[in-house]
Amino acid sequence: MSIKKTSLNNLHIKYGAKLVEFARYQMPIQYKDGIIQEHKYTRSHSGIFDVSHMGQLFISGGDDLTNELEKIFPADLKKLKTNQSKYSFLMNNKGGIQDDLIITKTSDGFLIILNAACKYNDYEVIKSKLDNQYKLNLDESLSLIALQGPEAKNVLNKVIPGCDSLKFMNGNNYVYKKEKVYITRSGYTGEDGFEISIKNSDAETFVESLIENGSKLIGLGARDTLRMEAGLCLYGNDLDNDTSPIEANLKWAIPKSRIETEFVGSEVLKNQFQSGVKKLRVGIKPDSKVIARGNTKIYNDKNQEIGKVTSGTFGPSVEHPIAMGYVDNSYSTVNTKIFLEVRGKKIPANICNLPFYKKNYVKGEINV
Amino acid sequence: MSEVKYSKEHEWIKLDGEEATIGITKHATEMLGDIVFAELPEKGSHVDKDGTAGVVESTKAASDVYTPVSGEVIDTNQMIVDDPSKINEDPEESAWFFKLKIKDKSEMDSLMNQEEYEKFAKETSA
Repeated sequence: MSIKKTSLNNLHIKYGAKLVEFARYQMPIQYKDGIIQEHKYTRSHSGIFDVSHMGQLFISGGDDLTNELEKIFPADLKKLKTNQSKYSFLMNNKGGIQDDLIITKTSDGFLIILNAACKYNDYEVIKSKLDNQYKLNLDESLSLIALQGPEAKNVLNKVIPGCDSLKFMNGNNYVYKKEKVYITRSGYTGEDGFEISIKNSDAETFVESLIENGSKLIGLGARDTLRMEAGLCLYGNDLDNDTSPIEANLKWAIPKSRIETEFVGSEVLKNQFQSGVKKLRVGIKPDSKVIARGNTKIYNDKNQEIGKVTSGTFGPSVEHPIAMGYVDNSYSTVNTKIFLEVRGKKIPANICNLPFYKKNYVKGEINV
Repeated sequence: MSEVKYSKEHEWIKLDGEEATIGITKHATEMLGDIVFAELPEKGSHVDKDGTAGVVESTKAASDVYTPVSGEVIDTNQMIVDDPSKINEDPEESAWFFKLKIKDKSEMDSLMNQEEYEKFAKETSA
């Protein structure tokens, strides 16, 4: 299979990107400034992320669509207002996560943002569970650009006036160069920010105008360190087919109103709600400067293996190594002493609260 | 004038009599990106040619540091352990990794000179 390019590929090259293959796309891992500078610029000003490799799945048609989708996703879609977004999961029958995603209610259906590596499979899975009357469109004529950071609202407002009034996890239609764009206030960095769905042919000029207003392009490398500091999961590392949302410590994303109802994986989840889980995702802070990467084994003080790191790096803003992983539930309490096996040595560490970096989201109305 | 040579693993080595100073090349730091962690061999330990003698980690990944020659570790550079970003700033001077008392000068013979290394680095990164 050939490697795909996003509509911003030429721009990445123009701004000195180091390109790598990611989920069958040629993507920028970093630009000239490097991961640490890019990370810090996002936290202090604003960063532009090309996330066009992610799937934008539009589902419409049929009066019963909301009910049908509630049989697939554990989100409270009936309560969702138009333009409101929720974080949810596509699960298998064992309650394992096939993908984590954001569902937004649109005027004629739903928009689901899918992970790049999962999107084609997700499409097939969702299609197979829905009646033929529903229309699914994994729209590849659209690019997806994230703008993140404390200055994101000011920068974006200069290019697309009015979008600063959006509340967190809400979206709306705007106009850019006479074309419709859909903007949501959301992100993956722990900062305030937006995701802009825009026609491929307009993406380059749009990003250039964000750059003219002070933002900088940020690569996938910094996207990873930013999301880790924010305690957010990366599918394939921290979430997979054998891990449930409860084990992933994402219970908050399963509304109480849905626990007693039926959806794919609901039996397993209901059980885990009642009886608890064996393993749990936790934050991990090594005592020293040693970095524990994904797959590092975790031990207790009796040298018994109790879990595994799923993501780990150096956090440029917290200026310390950070990690997350799964441990036996009895070791999941904050401040529990654990040991990480790095290059044959047992490195002391502590279970800690997530996120490592305090969130800076713009609070919207609370929707219970 | 002391002699500087280079290994295929992107280390440089400067020989002064029997004392060799070893570090990683500018080219290596550019490939690694921002370095955030460095681990050095223990003073007094013995390292063998082409064996592991340390680790550097960038935000992305960990890489072993090899020694281009055998010898006894007589000094290590605490500065780069305390502030690994110094390796990106000045890799071929102040941000050296360790010093060895070497045994066999002939181990230097198989290493590249500056011109050869520059050619090698260019070819391998293309």
